[in-house]
Amino acid sequence: MEIELRGITKRFPGVVANDNVNLVVRSGEIVALLGENGAGKSTLMNILYGLYSADEGEILVDGEVQHFAGPGDAIAAGIGMVHQHFMLVPVFSVAENVVLGVEPTKALGVINMSEARKDVRDISTQYGLEVDPDAIIEDLPVGSQQRVEIIKVLFRSAELIVFDEPTAVLTPQEVQEFFGILRSLRESGKAIVFITHKLKEVLEIADRIEVLRRGAVVGAAIPSETDEQALAELMVGRPVELTVHKEPAQPGDVRLAVKDLVVLDERNHVAVDHVSFEIQSGEIVGIAGVQGNGQTELVEALTGLNPAISGSILLEGDDITHASPRKIHDAGMAHVPEDRHKSGMVLSFTVTENMVLNSYHADPYSKGVLMDWDAAREATRGLVAEYDVRTPSTEVFGSNLSGGNQQKVVVAREFSRDLRAAVLSQPTRGLDVGSIEYIHERIVAERDEGDGILIVSTELDEVMAVADRILVMFRGKIIAERRPSETTTTELGLFMAGVAEGSNGG
Amino acid sequence: MADEDPEIQPDPVTEAILEEVTGAGLDWRGIILVPVLAIFSAFVLGGLVIFLAGEGVGTILTAFGALVTGSVGSLGAISETLTFAAPLILAGLAVGIGFRAGLFNIGGEGQILMGGMAALAVGFSFEGLHAEVHLPLALLGGIVGGAIWGGIPGWLRAVTGAHEVITTIMFNFVAANLTVYLLKSALFQEPGRSDPISKPAFESARLPRLLEFLDEGYRVHSGIIVALLAAAFSYWLLFKSTIGFEFRAVGANPSAARYAGMNTSRAYVAVMAVAGAMAGLAGASQILGNTFLKGTPGFSSNIGFDAIAMALLGRSHPVGIVAAGLLFGALRSGGQEMQATANVGIDITTVIQALIIIFIAAPALIRAVYRVKASDNTEQITKGWAT
Amino acid sequence: MTTVQEVVQSPGELRRAKAIGVALLLLAAVVAIVFANGTIGDSTFRLAKITDTLPDLALTVPAAATSWIVSGVLAFLGAVQISRGFGKKANLVLGLSFLLFIFAFLAWAAADNSFSFIGMLETTVIRAVPIALGGLSGVMCERVAVINIGIEGMLLGGAFTGALVGSLTNKWIGLGAAILVGGVLSSLLAVLAIRYRVDQIIAGVVINILVLGLTSFLSAQILVENPELNGSDTFRSIRIPLLADIPILGNIFFNHSIFVYGTFILVGFVTWGLFRTKWGLRSRAVGEHPKAADTLGVNVYRLRYLNVILGGMIAGFGGAWFTLGSVGSFDENMTGGRGFIGLAAMIFGRWHPVGALGAALVFGFADSLQGKLAILATPIPSEFLAMAPYIATVIVVTGVVGKARPPAADGQPYVKE
Repeated sequence: MEIELRGITKRFPGVVANDNVNLVVRSGEIVALLGENGAGKSTLMNILYGLYSADEGEILVDGEVQHFAGPGDAIAAGIGMVHQHFMLVPVFSVAENVVLGVEPTKALGVINMSEARKDVRDISTQYGLEVDPDAIIEDLPVGSQQRVEIIKVLFRSAELIVFDEPTAVLTPQEVQEFFGILRSLRESGKAIVFITHKLKEVLEIADRIEVLRRGAVVGAAIPSETDEQALAELMVGRPVELTVHKEPAQPGDVRLAVKDLVVLDERNHVAVDHVSFEIQSGEIVGIAGVQGNGQTELVEALTGLNPAISGSILLEGDDITHASPRKIHDAGMAHVPEDRHKSGMVLSFTVTENMVLNSYHADPYSKGVLMDWDAAREATRGLVAEYDVRTPSTEVFGSNLSGGNQQKVVVAREFSRDLRAAVLSQPTRGLDVGSIEYIHERIVAERDEGDGILIVSTELDEVMAVADRILVMFRGKIIAERRPSETTTTELGLFMAGVAEGSNGG
Repeated sequence: MADEDPEIQPDPVTEAILEEVTGAGLDWRGIILVPVLAIFSAFVLGGLVIFLAGEGVGTILTAFGALVTGSVGSLGAISETLTFAAPLILAGLAVGIGFRAGLFNIGGEGQILMGGMAALAVGFSFEGLHAEVHLPLALLGGIVGGAIWGGIPGWLRAVTGAHEVITTIMFNFVAANLTVYLLKSALFQEPGRSDPISKPAFESARLPRLLEFLDEGYRVHSGIIVALLAAAFSYWLLFKSTIGFEFRAVGANPSAARYAGMNTSRAYVAVMAVAGAMAGLAGASQILGNTFLKGTPGFSSNIGFDAIAMALLGRSHPVGIVAAGLLFGALRSGGQEMQATANVGIDITTVIQALIIIFIAAPALIRAVYRVKASDNTEQITKGWAT
Repeated sequence: MTTVQEVVQSPGELRRAKAIGVALLLLAAVVAIVFANGTIGDSTFRLAKITDTLPDLALTVPAAATSWIVSGVLAFLGAVQISRGFGKKANLVLGLSFLLFIFAFLAWAAADNSFSFIGMLETTVIRAVPIALGGLSGVMCERVAVINIGIEGMLLGGAFTGALVGSLTNKWIGLGAAILVGGVLSSLLAVLAIRYRVDQIIAGVVINILVLGLTSFLSAQILVENPELNGSDTFRSIRIPLLADIPILGNIFFNHSIFVYGTFILVGFVTWGLFRTKWGLRSRAVGEHPKAADTLGVNVYRLRYLNVILGGMIAGFGGAWFTLGSVGSFDENMTGGRGFIGLAAMIFGRWHPVGALGAALVFGFADSLQGKLAILATPIPSEFLAMAPYIATVIVVTGVVGKARPPAADGQPYVKE
């Protein structure tokens, strides 16, 4: 089978998401679509999958022009998509999710669940995707959920499978397992498109690489004939520093001391299991781990949003274990939350209002009950200049800024005070390379001013590049500690998967 | 998401400010044309309903004519409009302040009743006080009564997550029954009467008439002054005070508000208490401004429900709510005239009000019908049952 | 995903558990001080009607002793809850305790007297009908993530239409018209919420205001002048042979109008549909994760429209009960908040049709309690009795009975790009 995207152009208000894109994919090959966040990769694939319609251009399957009115048509043409954010109904079972929309039925529309289960098991065994058809999705680990997505796609006899950022939530070992699945799918004649911004993976698994930048194809490459640096330059359009420049850390006194902390998640399970660590002034400690191993709850406990049920947290000796978020903030601890839209800022507020979101209650932004908006605006203007936030004014709404600039507002707000420590959760998630560079620089600058910094990230590359010391969290415990210079992503990956110290690694 | 929105052209500054005030931006069509067309369409449809009820076109025109003369056609009519507008504005503020904090205050009716009863109690309990003391004291009673009746659902929402739509509506029913009971109780009931009607408050607690020197029949009283002051206070509270900033943040994004250190639970209680206080003032205005200074069942006369429409119409902004209050006050006073002269039931004004809201809340509908160009906006004011 | 962690009680849960224990002790105190103290005589709960096969079936208890015993039991349960806690069973214990409390309350109210308990249970089922149908309508809509606050208006519209059209033609056509009007009103909600993406709660409130205004206006304008347009035939009770002869249960369930039977049938039908059929799976998917359903080719908009309109028709049917199922004539605002109580029943019943029905029966009981107690001439003023269903709703909705999860996408408009 051969699928061709010819001259695809798609415009959204104010931006050209895809600009005359040409792409061909054939059976039995893995094509990687590489580009940074915002380059137009997902838009292109959503057009292929019938979720969007192109303004210009056509889609051809085996030479015939197709008209997709919706995903149903694309599915019928043999195209399947595994989305970055899983399209699974959390409260349904595996089998229910797999057959949704193409359910096997008995009379009167009653679903034949036993046949559905059988079908799921058949595909499972055929492709080596082990999963229990009756398991409920929200109880399954992420790796299993991904397998369900693949089964879904195979159930609909997809011949071309598109994977959108599939490795974002996997440990290095799970990534290898996933690549194994990709190879076996390729052997059975499927065509695969693999969307990512991760250079290493692309070089490892792809047969061919197409690079998108600002909506247009800017280059194609074969893995054996190129390297990370060249690809990064194609992606960004200029030479890129792939490492973070920083001086060695000069750690001082202890800023943050966490001792024997136990925190519950929202279902009252133990999420943080007797964790202890210290962060010294002038050092960046990174917590690596697959999402869901207690990092979120740890951050919530440190910032006062989810009080620990036992253990202690000391900020330069002050006990903040059960302090409110405001007290912790006023005590000199900053928090950059992991979801800037949900928890970091108020999109319908102006830049100024967002900038004083957690400091409005005190001088100089308010006197007693009365707000001093003039002072707030003035301060915001200064911060916008200092942090290079691209916005025409401070009275523009948060929703009108790009992701990178939104995060800069959050970081500016947090870093612009006198701090003793800072906690940052996924600080560069979803940002373009330029913004990522900038934010990493600011974090290092803050460290050099003497703060103790904790950075929690699922991007192993980020942790390796930024942190001075790395702790790996697995199932609520810290199971390993390393310096970046003394370890590799492979070793860290093993820890992230739970292989403890001292045992024979994979 | 892998694909971030690339840099979008931001709006100019003026548009941003205007949007904050009116929710519609420099989009003059949005601010002026759509509401006008909405009101116009509502009247047309309302006329259609009257027609379907068996009245002729002549009656319909007489009816609408009476609406106009009865509301603004004479000084007396204007007096009536302002009399009706006062409690409406206060109740509208009660709903609007709630909206700003993401809370749905449907409990206006109950808060009006409880506030009014408290004001009434203060009104007839103290003999011989100077009006300068008694009136503010009675108004304070109204504030406290309403604040409690609004604060409890707010507290329930904060502590248990119970959605205030249901609790406030239930509290309305409870208040209605409680009012009847109280009006028949020894404390409140007019001696010698067996029906639920209260003793009169003392004259020292009366909200003085404003235009009495011109004509004794002009009912407009200083309740309208109270309402306008309350609107000014609401504006200051929401946009100039720290508490108001918290309210708005909690309403716009409770998660971000929490992360920024705000106490959302406290905010919910405070908002509902303030909103309840406004409605309580409306109740006080109803009692202390009426001719006989007595309370009867149902003295809230659906003001609490109209208030929801008004808050929507006024986009939860004090300025808009005052304007909407005047409009709805006009509808009520004109409606009286309409019922008297054209014999068309006053409930049709409720229908017209509902239609106005539908058209305002779905500007796309008006735009589609009248082919008006638009800027794109979906409005989500509440977020379902999830807490 | 964290696995294998022990489940621990958070401080919040411990507090709630203690609160439940304290509540139980308070109930015990009320029973002892008010119901048991100074009460004389026996209470007879009549369990059969004069026309039954066993006309004297009744439960007679000494009023004071009953209350003392109940008080003791409640105190014991309260003590256990505070010290050890019943864990997951706490809700069950709380529910049972309320039943005991009500039993003691009735025993006290009927001291030295007898009353038709069977009549009360019968009335419970009847009064539960509009609430159950309202709740079922809510379930239909919310399962596809559309919040329907307008149920009250749909009930009222159905009531009005039933009376008017029923008077003009006959009760069957009136019923059909009521169902149709319910569907029309909910399609208005659907259009506003789905197509124009108006906030769903606002759309619902507006529909309520609109229907209230329309029905009041038309009632005053037309029905008052022409009473022949406001006096429809009504649906009488239909005895189901054999089943209706079963002692106790026969009277409670098998001697009612088509509205009651219809309610049970609809609840069963919707349950079967939602959890066994294609339509049900897709609808629930649309309510939980519309984007997922969309990516699989499910037509999210169409399913939302369909379910909301069906839900409205159910509400129209429920509205007809007020007129065609009882007096045959319409009174302004006669639904008295039942639509909102139906929403509470839906939440109480955790968005499950059978749960909503169960909850509606509880509310129906509160409603019938009020009527019965007025007859028994208890010292409680009638206004307070009238508050009973509303206060019950508040108690339920404040989650004393535990938190439940609505469909995940509830209240959010779906935007297809």
